[in-house]
Amino acid sequence: MRYGATTAVDGVSLTVPRGRVLALLGHNGAGKTSLLQVCEGFRPADGGECRVLGLDPIGEHDALMPRLGIMLQSGGMYPWATAGELLQLFASFSANPINPEMLIERLGLQKSAKTRYRRLSGGEQQRLSLAVALVGRPELVFLDEPTAGMDTEARHTTWQLIEELRADGVSVLLTTHLLDEAERLADDVVIMREGRVAATGAPAALTAAAGIDLLEVRADAGLKPDVPFKVTEATPGEYAIAGALDAAAIAEVLACFARAGAQVTAVNTRRRTLEDVYLALTVKAGAHR
Amino acid sequence: MTTLALPSTATTSLARGWIELLQFLRDRTAMIFTFAFPAMLLLLFGTIFKDSYNNTGVSASQVYSASMIAYGILTTAFVTMGAGVALDREDGTLKRLHGTPITPTAYVMGKLILVLALSVAETATLILVGLLVFDMPSPDAAHWLTFAWLFLLSTFACTACGIAVSSIVKHARTAGAILNVPVVALNFLSGVFIHPITQLPGWLITVASFFPVKWMSQGFRYVFLPDSLKQYEAAGQWELGRTALVLGAWCVIGLVLCLVTFRWTERDR
Repeated sequence: MRYGATTAVDGVSLTVPRGRVLALLGHNGAGKTSLLQVCEGFRPADGGECRVLGLDPIGEHDALMPRLGIMLQSGGMYPWATAGELLQLFASFSANPINPEMLIERLGLQKSAKTRYRRLSGGEQQRLSLAVALVGRPELVFLDEPTAGMDTEARHTTWQLIEELRADGVSVLLTTHLLDEAERLADDVVIMREGRVAATGAPAALTAAAGIDLLEVRADAGLKPDVPFKVTEATPGEYAIAGALDAAAIAEVLACFARAGAQVTAVNTRRRTLEDVYLALTVKAGAHR
Repeated sequence: MTTLALPSTATTSLARGWIELLQFLRDRTAMIFTFAFPAMLLLLFGTIFKDSYNNTGVSASQVYSASMIAYGILTTAFVTMGAGVALDREDGTLKRLHGTPITPTAYVMGKLILVLALSVAETATLILVGLLVFDMPSPDAAHWLTFAWLFLLSTFACTACGIAVSSIVKHARTAGAILNVPVVALNFLSGVFIHPITQLPGWLITVASFFPVKWMSQGFRYVFLPDSLKQYEAAGQWELGRTALVLGAWCVIGLVLCLVTFRWTERDR
């Protein structure tokens, strides 16, 4: 799958292999939704080329849609129809839909199946929207902030469902603001900044590249270890050493503690999370402005 | 990959029409305002203007009963359709549907099912008020046949124009108000609210003749009123042939406008 470029999205090129989950990250206005809109055939690309499942989303719209599942951020549901009726409607558009009742049960919507859309909670509306995207057995799904507004339980159900989709060979492209969501679900992450790709790779690779950036040492209070890193002692006896810490650096720090005659009782390393990587990238972007 | 055929446009149209009907029947505000309003106006007009037409034995309330069917169809087809499509576009319903295998035809057919059901019910209500409250005589079979094609042409022309106009309406919130401007104006010019139409200046009648409403109300008067009342029409004749021609032309114009202006999403700012 290749994507072209729109004015909000500049020179982005991505691939989602079959049965993989790609997460698009970026702050509001980074171009995530614009990019999705081009792939979904809602907007033409102003330049470049966009191919989804080998098809042009606008020119070959009718051939593409039966193979796609699209979950929009909001809107577009008949407020006076019930959740069950709505899912039935969208199921009726497909050649071989999943049984709507089964999907409703899978998403924990049994209690609200007879509730009119306007009376559903935000999380229930999200789950219905997800069900609508999946009911046609798509090969590729676009999920725009799939778990926004869901409670913890619904979020975990949704995550499990996305993992099952991947196991079934469905490709997933999702946008999210939740870094733990991306870290848990995504095989690959694309961090977007001002319409361009700021970083891309597997979550583990992105965080590993950054290395260990914090060492926590518990020892006697009031020590002043002479190391070339920033040392803070927030609580007496608990030291935090920050910086790019490789094995040699850690050994050197611990040696300093030993030279000072300290009794070290605990050592803990903290690897950078996806959130740290993300913040580092987006904060850098803020400094550019 | 699935090789099963997609459901036919007819099937998806029916599914869409069913949801549209549910949606309309459950929204009581919409029910009352689009549905009861023309009948209420008819009751008001019919009660206020009771006089007989120059000793023809026909009362003004009976004339209103016939003419107001045109207003009823305008409301259920033109206004409901125009505002409905504008709302579907604004709240993302059209966008969501565009992201599924459904065809534009099935979308429009779904709306058309709603409009047909509403127009039948609206027209039946107005005819019943005319028959039961204002003693309008029931026409014979030949007149009912004319009524059938007149009703279908009118509904289709108004629906097509409604969809076309929905593209110009910027916000769904104001759609009802905007769409009612031409509706009310044309009702005054076309012999619905003011009849005999010959009271109007000649040039205004000419203007009205370009639009479908004059021909709709004239046609419905032909169906429900005695033949002698044709003297009060602009041409002194019922002009059924010309009525069919003008309404047919508006069906074509409306359809072309629909195809040219139809958009799935709001125009980008």
